[in-house]
Amino acid sequence: MTERLFEGADWDFHTLQRITDACEEVALKDLGLDVYPNQIEVITAEQMLDAYSSVGMPLFYKHWSFGKHFAFHEASYRKGLMGLAYEIVINSSPCISYLMEENTATMQTLVIAHAAFGHNHFFKNNYLFKQWTDADGILDYLDFAKNYVMQCEDRYGRIEVERTLDAAHALMSHGIDRYPGKKKLDLRAEEKRAGRRRQHEEEVFNDLWRTVPKGATKSRSALSIERRRKLLGLPQENLLYFLEKSAPRLAPWQRELLRIVRHIAQYFYPQSQTKVMNEGTATYVHYRIMTRLHEQGRISDGNFLEFLGSHTNVVFQPEFDDPRFSGFNPYALGFALMQDIERIVTRPEDEDREWFPDIAGKGDVMGVLRDVWANYRDESFIGQFLSPRLMRHFRMFHLHDDPEERAGIRVDAIHDERGFRRVRRELARQHDVGFIDANIEVVDVDLSGDRRLILHHHVIKGSQLNETDAKRVLQHLADLWTYDVALIEVDANDKVVREYVVSPRPIPAAVA
Amino acid sequence: MPIHIIDRRLNPGGKSLENRQRFLRRAKSLVQGAVKKTSQERDIKDVLEGGEVTIPLDGMHEPRFRREGGTRDMVLPGNKKFVEGDYLQRSGQGSAKDSGPGEGDSEDAFRFVLSRDEFVDLFLDDLELPDLAKRKIAQTESEGIQRAGYTMSGSPANISVSRTVKLALARRIALRRPRKDEIEELEAAIEACTDEDERAELVARLEKMKAKSKRIPFIDPLDIRYRRFETVPKPVAQAVMFCLMDVSGSMSEHMKDLAKRFYMLLYVFLKRRYKHVEIVFIRHTDRAEEVDEQTFFYGPASGGTLVSSALQAMHEIVRERFNPADWNIYAAQASDGDNSYSDGELTGLLLTDKILPVCQFFAYLEVGESGGSAFDLSDSSLWTLYERLRNSGAPLSMRKVSERSEIFPVFHDLFHRRDTAQEKAAP
Repeated sequence: MTERLFEGADWDFHTLQRITDACEEVALKDLGLDVYPNQIEVITAEQMLDAYSSVGMPLFYKHWSFGKHFAFHEASYRKGLMGLAYEIVINSSPCISYLMEENTATMQTLVIAHAAFGHNHFFKNNYLFKQWTDADGILDYLDFAKNYVMQCEDRYGRIEVERTLDAAHALMSHGIDRYPGKKKLDLRAEEKRAGRRRQHEEEVFNDLWRTVPKGATKSRSALSIERRRKLLGLPQENLLYFLEKSAPRLAPWQRELLRIVRHIAQYFYPQSQTKVMNEGTATYVHYRIMTRLHEQGRISDGNFLEFLGSHTNVVFQPEFDDPRFSGFNPYALGFALMQDIERIVTRPEDEDREWFPDIAGKGDVMGVLRDVWANYRDESFIGQFLSPRLMRHFRMFHLHDDPEERAGIRVDAIHDERGFRRVRRELARQHDVGFIDANIEVVDVDLSGDRRLILHHHVIKGSQLNETDAKRVLQHLADLWTYDVALIEVDANDKVVREYVVSPRPIPAAVA
Repeated sequence: MPIHIIDRRLNPGGKSLENRQRFLRRAKSLVQGAVKKTSQERDIKDVLEGGEVTIPLDGMHEPRFRREGGTRDMVLPGNKKFVEGDYLQRSGQGSAKDSGPGEGDSEDAFRFVLSRDEFVDLFLDDLELPDLAKRKIAQTESEGIQRAGYTMSGSPANISVSRTVKLALARRIALRRPRKDEIEELEAAIEACTDEDERAELVARLEKMKAKSKRIPFIDPLDIRYRRFETVPKPVAQAVMFCLMDVSGSMSEHMKDLAKRFYMLLYVFLKRRYKHVEIVFIRHTDRAEEVDEQTFFYGPASGGTLVSSALQAMHEIVRERFNPADWNIYAAQASDGDNSYSDGELTGLLLTDKILPVCQFFAYLEVGESGGSAFDLSDSSLWTLYERLRNSGAPLSMRKVSERSEIFPVFHDLFHRRDTAQEKAAP
């Protein structure tokens, strides 16, 4: 009989060490997880609010919008409208987990199991994170970004930098490469590259070149549209990348700022695609670890009940007509899916054998799960592993809301034999970023002509852009591009639904 | 695998202070508007307490490309009674409709909490004291201390060891105190000496040396030096604020309350500009007296009204205690405007000849009954008098107030930064 890790609710740093060691033993031996080294930090509520306002990162460049978020969170926290998270975990190596000091010993155990092992394993092994993020380099890169922004403010003025960052932030959701390129992201090299380039520019600077007569510019014969688009790499859906490379009048430092914002957006890209899986994994892992610790007698019955209380709250899924309902709870859905896979692997029924011939009755739960965690994202995961049994459990149904339809919202499919596949496909689609984000791309620009930038928004199912926001974002875009920008919304039949044209603001008047 | 557990709780807080300041700077005009609006509803005691303000989110919006409308598909949990092909009413249970993807946190207004300092800063931001730079001569206020050489006496904590040792060394050399190695050398020589006479002589020399070294101490109290500190007088701009109020029977509680609010604002304002602010309360009926704050606002009094008595009292106090060369003098007078007719002449004379020349700023606040709009009535006797004085060039500021909510606007109006604007007559 092993001795208890702790008694009651109090903990100190030795307790944390013992808890972490115990969790690690279960995680590595029983579950076979593969994690980055852990770094566990205990923080206060104020520091947690700090972390909230800088998207959970321990350091970030300065920008007013983070102050706004801080003020907002602080106000709602003070009024008791909002509780704070028990932890924040950062996809970095070492993997940093922030624990709130108010947590009880049981909660600290739960949180360490959840973040330091569950999320950590997912970050290290999921293909999206491997492909798109550089856990070793992110903290250094953020440090570089912070200093670079600060330097720019010193050199070019706070207002100018703020203007560029505002614009870049507005386009952040469209500053992502959605398809993997040849090169793996290496953020450390990024930092050196930026430094080298600046140094190079300073070294080769010679004012004489400015005085050399240029001669008449060669009037290139008008390129064919095909050729022109090819030269610019169009169509391009990464708007920030396009601006960084092709905007005619941006200063080098502005391009670098766009690059920084783009890299950071890219870093967070996998997280938005794996909410259900990530939380599902972490919840499943903490559940397994806590149960194991309890079986070993390292956690008392009372503390285990406390854990079950919190766990149940976390995986609570209100029904659609409940006032608390706000979409699917990723913890609930993810955890249910993981447990369901465990069931299919160990105790399959006939239905499961039919639906999941590959894994049904395979016996090796962790082997199957580790494979799932490594190779899927939310959309493919749900599309592949949502079982009829789970659909029945959640009593899922599919609504189709066509504004043209007078009779109301149609129930398209329910959790029955006819509906399983359709419900599953629809739920998977709800988690597909390709459908969630507006599909906007740069299609054409005549650099030797009027330089008007032309963007297309491919309207899906009649869902157009919010007008006020679209105009504002386009204004930012035009300010960076410094020439007119046109956004054309086209539907599936290439019919133009709506057209926006925005001209850049004169620079001094840009202080909003 | 090594696991690091770090306690970050002791790290300095306020990490996002810089971002917060940027946010406030950016939202300044919005926040300022909100601050003024909030402060009108507040009680005077709370006005500078900071607190929650609400600003329209519009100006601080961070736009994104968002999609809306169109045909929507959603999968929801908790089906109890629907079968395929059913129709749900749109207007009824709205919950199904509200819960599409992209739960945007779009709120029209943005609430957050300002600290006390932020609040006061914003509140007083566009205000300015008139004539601030005119006299800033100061009273000496012992403030900073500075090292200033050494002294023979002082507290043991201030002993300067290096200085003391240096002096001791100099004294020992000057008095030829035998060094330790000299004595040791001699002792060794005695040890080695075989000749009896020479030995006796050496011993005598040693005795003498030892006696001398005993006579001349290693460190004498004379050597000890202490670090000396001097207090450096730092000039501090100082101000005195005179509160004059008519407390005759015609002043109701409401009017006094208005006056009090005004005085408190003025006090806070002066306090921000001057390190040292004194307040003198003078209340008057047909005679004036200097009183403490409690009596000033709440003490009962009755009698006729002679404004000149208060001005006379103020003049005397200035002459006795507040030399205009050293003090910035501000005065605010509150009254319902009554004054005996015969007093007008004297009041005018006192004001123009004695009071105004020494004052940085003189404000007259005419308070009226709540609801009864003081503006419709014909001007009071005091108002008429002051207006005449002002028109003939006296630097007077005057306003009428009858509602609590007007105090802040009036205060703002009196002190707003004037670049070119001549002070205009009250509306």
